[in-house]
Amino acid sequence: MAASISGTEADTALIAAHKPTGRVSDPIFVGLLWASGIFVLVLLGLIIAMLFEGGLPALREFGISFLWSTTWNPVTERFGAGVMVFGTVASAVIAVIVALPLSFGIAFFLTEIAPGPFRRPIGVAIQLLAAVPSIIYGMWGFFIVVPLIAAYVQPPLIEWLGPIPLLGALFQGPPLGAGMLTAGLILALMILPFITAMFVEVLESVPPMLKESAYGVGATSYEVYRNVSVPYGRTAMVGAVMLGLGRALGETMAVTFVIGNATRMSASLFAPGATIASTIANEFPEASIGSLKLQSLLQLGFILFVISFIVLALSRLLVRSKLKG
Amino acid sequence: MASLARRRTTDYVVKAISTGFAALSLVLLAWILWTLLSRGLPALGPHVFTKITAPPGAGGGLLNAIVGSLIQIGVALIVGTPIGLMCGTFLAENGRGTQVANVVRFVNDVLLSAPSILIGLFVYQLLVVPFGGFSGWAGSAALAILVIPVVVRTTEDMLNLVPIGLREAAFALGAPQWKVVTFITWRAARAGIVTGILLALARAAGETAPLLFTSLGNNGWSLNMSAPMASLPIAIYQYAASPFEDWVALAWAGALIITVGVLTLNVLSRLALAKMK
Repeated sequence: MAASISGTEADTALIAAHKPTGRVSDPIFVGLLWASGIFVLVLLGLIIAMLFEGGLPALREFGISFLWSTTWNPVTERFGAGVMVFGTVASAVIAVIVALPLSFGIAFFLTEIAPGPFRRPIGVAIQLLAAVPSIIYGMWGFFIVVPLIAAYVQPPLIEWLGPIPLLGALFQGPPLGAGMLTAGLILALMILPFITAMFVEVLESVPPMLKESAYGVGATSYEVYRNVSVPYGRTAMVGAVMLGLGRALGETMAVTFVIGNATRMSASLFAPGATIASTIANEFPEASIGSLKLQSLLQLGFILFVISFIVLALSRLLVRSKLKG
Repeated sequence: MASLARRRTTDYVVKAISTGFAALSLVLLAWILWTLLSRGLPALGPHVFTKITAPPGAGGGLLNAIVGSLIQIGVALIVGTPIGLMCGTFLAENGRGTQVANVVRFVNDVLLSAPSILIGLFVYQLLVVPFGGFSGWAGSAALAILVIPVVVRTTEDMLNLVPIGLREAAFALGAPQWKVVTFITWRAARAGIVTGILLALARAAGETAPLLFTSLGNNGWSLNMSAPMASLPIAIYQYAASPFEDWVALAWAGALIITVGVLTLNVLSRLALAKMK
């Protein structure tokens, strides 16, 4: 569904050239159409403005260092976004690193390996992963995945990799189960269907002639995939990954359940952390109207909006440019 | 270049791994569904649908949460669908090819993937703070903002599938544009547009984050849209994180209800969409 089908120039000219005959009804109808189009623009503008305005007092109080300060202390009322910005980016990057190879594999499977009649059902089933509500991932993660990771994944990793200098810093701390890594894994599963669907769409748009030529000179399926199909769709595929990243950045409920919600900075993958979204969800109930905490949370929201907007905008530009050209 | 045998082996190995990855994702989906069924089914009973939420141990259900969700989703669809439909029509008909339409389409795509929790914060600032409290209206507004981009996208896609000749024929008969759109293009794309609305419904039904700061949740029975209102996702969130066994069981029952509903809507609409394209 990434690309819409746009009409030809001739269609556009035909529609534009048409003179409405409904003298009263048409201007009203066309006015309504335009108004709802403009409404969407106003909506985005309002969202940005209100989040910024709501968080402005926090920015005034703490200055621009709010963006990187790692203090988050409700008792002394000192707030900074550093830990959450780090947590948001780190968990989303882990998610993309895990989801990317899986998506490459599944897209290869769906376009080249799976027998015809199975493609659609399997594709739809994988898409259902995107439809499962975020809170369900949260519950599944909290009750099922977290205990498993605490019992079977973390102890051996801490034992084997923990003592290694430098790399070991990633595998420190008690095996709590909940933490940055678990959040990243759950997020990976959640963004996997989005990335895969766009990969498949891009791969299906590769001209058959290109692939057949490669097959004709004796290339194997994998070689065609790697050297013809993927390079052909590279730009749009980067866009697909950015979409996954953008989705992972703002995911709230699933992350809130499994990240451990600790507003401390830690290099370890196993340490509990916090993302902007999870902090807002968690701390909002304790923030009263007009308090510095609420303003800081709104400022956090504004920062998250800016980050997601940039990532999603880039994603869309990359995807569209390729699929159109 | 590597030997033929080696290239074949590589090809074989990569195919095996890819198939494994696809199988893994299906297994994970099955695992999630199995978890929901095995924990949700035993907790499911008539009381879930007939009793309202109650303190732990008092044998409550989820009736108020289910009704609250239905009301808020209903209002969100009533508000969001016409705006989304009109905006999608604007993109496919009047705006087609204009710069304004390109910007609107771009903004709509961003809104489609924007973090839903921020929509909640926005509505909190817009409707909760100025009007003195959490309310069902605010919850519906937040859900409506989630509904609009989905409807816009599918409406535009579906209208673009309608052959241009159909519009030309209507215009040639002298029909005004509003008639051409409502009686010809919308009608031709009807099934697709309805599918889009169902997808939007499925999305709104599962969203928790935007309701946290808008309708808040309510443990009593309330149909007052101006007061805090219960909803299924919020009740699940509240109950799942609680230390009480019967609450956690109810959370699983609620989770099962939501997931079955959302996935059924998704499967049906995807099948319908696939047929159309």
